[in-house]
Amino acid sequence: MLRLEKRPTPSVFWSRATPVLAVALTMIAGSVMFAVLGKNPFEAIRTIFWDPLFGEFAWYLRGQLLVKAGPLVLIAVGLSLGFRAGIWNIGAEGQYIMGAVIGAAVGLAVYPTENRLIFPVMIVAGALGGWAWAMIPAILKTRFNTNEILVSLMLVYVAQTILAMASTGFLRNPEGAGFPGSRNFSSYPAAANPELIAGSGLHWGGVAALATVVAAYVLLQRHILGFQIKLAGQAPRAARYAGVKPERLVLFCMGVAGALAGMAGLFEVTGPAGQISIDFNVGYGFTAIIVAFLGRLNPIGILLAGLLMALTYIGGEMASTNLGLPSAAIQAFQGMLLFFLLACDLLTNFRIRLAQVEAR
Amino acid sequence: MFGSIDPALLISALMVASVPILLAAIGELVVERAGVLNLGVEGMMIMGAICGFITAVESGSPALGFIGGAAGGAILSLLFALLTQVMQANQVASGLALTLFGLGLSSLLGQGYVGIKPPLTGSVPFGPLADIPFFGKVLFSHDPFVYLSVAIVAAVWAFLKFTRGGLILRAVGESHDAAHALGYKVQRIRLLAILFGGAMAGLGGAYLSLVRVPQWVDGITAGAGWIALAIVVFASWRPWRALLGAWLFGGITQLQLNLQAAQVPIPVEYLSMSPYLITILVLVVMSSGRGRASLNAPACLGQNFHAAR
Repeated sequence: MLRLEKRPTPSVFWSRATPVLAVALTMIAGSVMFAVLGKNPFEAIRTIFWDPLFGEFAWYLRGQLLVKAGPLVLIAVGLSLGFRAGIWNIGAEGQYIMGAVIGAAVGLAVYPTENRLIFPVMIVAGALGGWAWAMIPAILKTRFNTNEILVSLMLVYVAQTILAMASTGFLRNPEGAGFPGSRNFSSYPAAANPELIAGSGLHWGGVAALATVVAAYVLLQRHILGFQIKLAGQAPRAARYAGVKPERLVLFCMGVAGALAGMAGLFEVTGPAGQISIDFNVGYGFTAIIVAFLGRLNPIGILLAGLLMALTYIGGEMASTNLGLPSAAIQAFQGMLLFFLLACDLLTNFRIRLAQVEAR
Repeated sequence: MFGSIDPALLISALMVASVPILLAAIGELVVERAGVLNLGVEGMMIMGAICGFITAVESGSPALGFIGGAAGGAILSLLFALLTQVMQANQVASGLALTLFGLGLSSLLGQGYVGIKPPLTGSVPFGPLADIPFFGKVLFSHDPFVYLSVAIVAAVWAFLKFTRGGLILRAVGESHDAAHALGYKVQRIRLLAILFGGAMAGLGGAYLSLVRVPQWVDGITAGAGWIALAIVVFASWRPWRALLGAWLFGGITQLQLNLQAAQVPIPVEYLSMSPYLITILVLVVMSSGRGRASLNAPACLGQNFHAAR
């Protein structure tokens, strides 16, 4: 029989190697899934992982990589801070929506201004929108000891209703002939978030994501607050004796995650999405949870994981148009990745030993 | 304004509306009493919904459909059990993974089943009882699962309170070290509890797709699994209170639908977000103050157990 033996400290090697192992295992299991769906598994895997980077349309698709990775990384870095401290904000999707709605509302309120300052103001408004939405579960947790998982998730559904209200009501395009959806930001240059370098897919959201990765890295490695976050997650009682205030940590981690998610929403609505519409959110807030774990809750890891996850999005779309693979397959594929990652983590925390028969 | 809402119809609809969340909540309640926090209820529910729907449509039998739904939920929960009990993975993360995976897989499986009507589940024939004014409509006009769900609550209550098995399950949830020292197989007991929770969530999901809606729609559960998790907190981990909570939420859901239909001058959006807002409100009330629900939480909730030897 195999026996598990707890490692005194988590293995550094395995903590780096498990994401790679998990991706490999997901590819194998995914191939089986694609084969069951009646598709050629090798072709499917190649379409998802190889063609977007080196295939025929790579010149366009490589740019899409940054478009998709930007919001994922931005949200995941924020979430990872909380996850490290044992604070489970899983309502990033709602914070993302609220950031987009509030930020877009600020921009549309002064339409059609030509003052370029409106865009930074909108970014701040978006961040505040997400922050405020995240403050609801945070304050309820600190004041009333309410479970932040359930509250933040319930607020996703509320935010979705508000999004529907915005796109059919208070933010609807007055010149849109009654169709739902706001004005398009692509025809509102002062507030738009265009590609910075043509063909690269890099917009201000990508820049913000990179800056956030650096900032989070410095925070976790060099700042006392980052140390407190790590301490509170690994040894809550020791943290309390050391004078870490759990309430402040909850407010900080939830607030940062909310603000970053709100910013991601604002960058998306002014850039790639272009307008507030009922189906504006596509689940980045949930996929970012997978990204955060796949990146080992480490800012640089999250950057790589975000790029990989963006690749599966783009490859998944390619596979659905070229091979007729259902678009839901890629969602199942991403879920599978998280499964394998969590399972492989066993190797980080435990040694597998052959158990000897105990002498009686 | 409220004249168009018939109280007997409302109460009878409330009982139907509460069945899915009640089944999922009572399953999760047992899981949590065993010390395991499975946040994958939403994923298991939606897997139950699609598996039940497919089985019922393919076999033409609603009864087989419900069995298929329970099996679908249980199989997915087995994955969770493997991760948390064998692989020692974090329970919160594993539960989230289960939900994300379940949502994706269900919409993948449900591709060819959009717009199909499932075979009808009849109501229990009570004969003349159903003709009693008011009570006939409220109590004796339902399908078997309304009664079965209440029976399951009673059974779980009796199991936890009066049987040796229930005592062992609670011991595992309150102190897995002590239970292990007494020679109970902590992991095995938790595995069984997780399977039960998965089957119940699957059954609840199947009820959604076969009776309540009844058809297959992507994302059919719409947060019902999360509301079920909230109900467990609301119920302070006690079975009968879960029934109360489920009826409360079923009532709110039904009432807001009726208010929408009655064209009350409240915007539809406010009504449709009300179940979620009220869930939050209830969580706040239950978690704060003197009667803090968290005090009743099983002591080992969410902690993994690894026997050193």
